Amino acid sequence: MLKVNDINVYYGSIHAIKGVSFEVEKGEIVTLIGANGAGKSTILNTVSGLLPAKSGTVSFMGKTINGIAAHKVVGMGLAQVPEGRRVFLNMTVQENLEMGAYTRKSAEIDDSIADVYERFPRLKERRKQVAGTLSGGEQQMLAMGRALMSKPELLMLDEPSMGLAPILVEQIFDIIKELNKAGTTILLVEQNAQMALSIADRGYVLETGKIVTSAKASDLLNDDSVKKAYLGG
Amino acid sequence: MLFFSQLINGLQLGSIYALVALGYSMVYGIILLLNFAHGDIIMVGGYIALLAITAGLPTYIAVPLSIIGCILLACIIDKVAYSPLRKAPRISLLITAIGVSLLLQNLAQLIFSAKSQPFPSSVVIPKGSVNIGGFAISYTALVTLVVAVVSMLLLTWLVQKSKMGKAMRAVSEDMGAAQLMGISVNSTISFTFAVGSALAGIGAILYCCRYPQVSPTMGSLLGLKAFVAAVLGGIGSIPGAMLGGFAIGLCEVLVTSLGGSAWTDAVVFAILIVVLLIKPTGFMGKAMSEKV
Repeated sequence: MLKVNDINVYYGSIHAIKGVSFEVEKGEIVTLIGANGAGKSTILNTVSGLLPAKSGTVSFMGKTINGIAAHKVVGMGLAQVPEGRRVFLNMTVQENLEMGAYTRKSAEIDDSIADVYERFPRLKERRKQVAGTLSGGEQQMLAMGRALMSKPELLMLDEPSMGLAPILVEQIFDIIKELNKAGTTILLVEQNAQMALSIADRGYVLETGKIVTSAKASDLLNDDSVKKAYLGG
Repeated sequence: MLFFSQLINGLQLGSIYALVALGYSMVYGIILLLNFAHGDIIMVGGYIALLAITAGLPTYIAVPLSIIGCILLACIIDKVAYSPLRKAPRISLLITAIGVSLLLQNLAQLIFSAKSQPFPSSVVIPKGSVNIGGFAISYTALVTLVVAVVSMLLLTWLVQKSKMGKAMRAVSEDMGAAQLMGISVNSTISFTFAVGSALAGIGAILYCCRYPQVSPTMGSLLGLKAFVAAVLGGIGSIPGAMLGGFAIGLCEVLVTSLGGSAWTDAVVFAILIVVLLIKPTGFMGKAMSEKV
């Protein structure tokens, strides 16, 4: 479904992503794990078109998408929940969801909003509140709901556990599993390697802009070097 | 009696400032640019209306023509001068805006000469007044107030309820996240310029009806005062710009009616200094931290 082939990304003269290649097959949960600054978010932002790749290709469902503007990628079925949630704080919950469906016809939106409210009942209770008044967990749910509004084939999540209490992290990861069961392919970027690997099919380990290991998630969970570096021994 | 007529007078002037201030505030809200060419768009609007009317076109064609002219001009300026600088430092954008302002003023001088020309205001709004509850209100004041209030209501609806308006708010809050929603940032910014300039075009006609003449530099002082109104209201805030516009208009008329007509401009800019010193976020602006 998603094929990233040998991409190189620069911030000015800093070579942030060095020849990274990976694949996500339909129906999978794939995770990119790595420490802060390894380049995880940079990769997602390159896939979604927010950042340009200097070389290499990104193809999605058979089409090359690098070089296509970010706002056009969404309509192709690829949605991103950005790092730090980045919901529109001054807009209401409902308006945030409407923005998520920006590329779709307005007649189709109501059903999708109902679906999101069913999955996240908390959001329904707060639909007229501005997003800035929500708690961190609720904002994460809103960010996910907002991304689902575009009816994505592939959902990319950037650090959904960031800044959340452990119980909320579990809840968010349960929802990710459910979404995957319902047919959405997931690309998950996480610092919380333990959680990410526990729900993923496959994982890639990223270090300073390079992929150093890739394997089945269950194997990575038992891999000594991964354990040492990312799973606290 | 005198108080009432001065109040109407102040509201009339204030609604023109408010219309112009909205353009400043909306553009600032979305790309953090103080668009100093905004006032000169009013000047261009004035000249288009003047040319259209002297060419014998009826008001109902001349006025929309002038508004459309303002919209097109603003979109061209955005495309040619501002959009190549989207990722440049803000100071480059600001200096470019000043450059565009000077360019427009000097082009107008080249084409129309520096002399001011009379504007046939009575063709647009007939002379005369209407009696409301014993008070005489000129047609000009009445039309200005009604048009301004209707425009502001429409704008509020547009920004709060329409899809494009919501996209504008989304882009002004977080450009990257807006792009991830599928919103085209460039067309949203162009749309913002278009709406702001439509209001400027309306303001231009109303201004020319109040002070019936056009000159190449007519936009600069009006623009600066509207800018003060936008800062007073809280730059970036739409209701703030409306409020600030009315406040500046009323204030000017108050100073004039107290016999200080030579002092009005000084008072307006003194307000700017005081606001910047005491409450730089204005009436309704939000304190913003510099984005890094």
